Amino acid sequence: MAAAEPPVVKPRPVYLNLFAIRQPVPAIASIIHRATGALLFLAGIPVLLWFVQRSLASQAAFDAAMQPFTTLFGKLVFLVLAWSYLYHLLAGIRHLALDLHLGIELAPARSSAAIVLVLSVVLAIVIAVRLW
Amino acid sequence: MSGVDKLPVGAHYGLRDWLSQRVTAIVITLYTALFLGIVLWNGGLDYATWQALFRSNAFRVATFLFMVALFVHAWVGVRNILMDYAKPLSVRLTLQIVVVCALIAYTGWTVQVLWGGA
Repeated sequence: MAAAEPPVVKPRPVYLNLFAIRQPVPAIASIIHRATGALLFLAGIPVLLWFVQRSLASQAAFDAAMQPFTTLFGKLVFLVLAWSYLYHLLAGIRHLALDLHLGIELAPARSSAAIVLVLSVVLAIVIAVRLW
Repeated sequence: MSGVDKLPVGAHYGLRDWLSQRVTAIVITLYTALFLGIVLWNGGLDYATWQALFRSNAFRVATFLFMVALFVHAWVGVRNILMDYAKPLSVRLTLQIVVVCALIAYTGWTVQVLWGGA
């Protein structure tokens, strides 16, 4: 038997510009899962606690706590946080399915990532319609 | 790996955090479904319904469990983020302590919100 050819070593490009790499859909779903989680920790939890505390104090405080829902800024804040929560929840359910070895092949993993993205946007649109 | 090599700000090299992330996720999902169910069932919530809901001890306990699950879940997630991006040990440890203090304070705040006005 002939000796194996030495492997041809090509200089591989090191190319880590995140804005120039075309990310696959599951990678995009993953980074949004992380970003929404960070946002929910930084803003979601304190806003939630503040809102529940204010809203339970009295009828007048309840009305005051609801006041932001009538302003553009308040509506946008609620929409971003609600979408983040729903996206994170749906992506988390997908994750639990993957942990159970459901849909771990490439094709279903790609389509479930796309479904989570699309579904969260559809739900956000429903919320936006209800807000405005 | 010997115990001496372990980083004090590491992931504890085990199943515990991975599992608690999943268990708390399930608690959060169930409570979210319950809460959305209550809101949709009532067709939105006015002050009287909202206040009556939070006077129920069962709902207070369920909400407390949800919030604690949320805080444990947030801890694992934020710690994972810090392990990826906060590289110097001193910076990572400082940020982790800040996050833990915030979550303990939030737990106290949650008790105050749920039972403070009792």
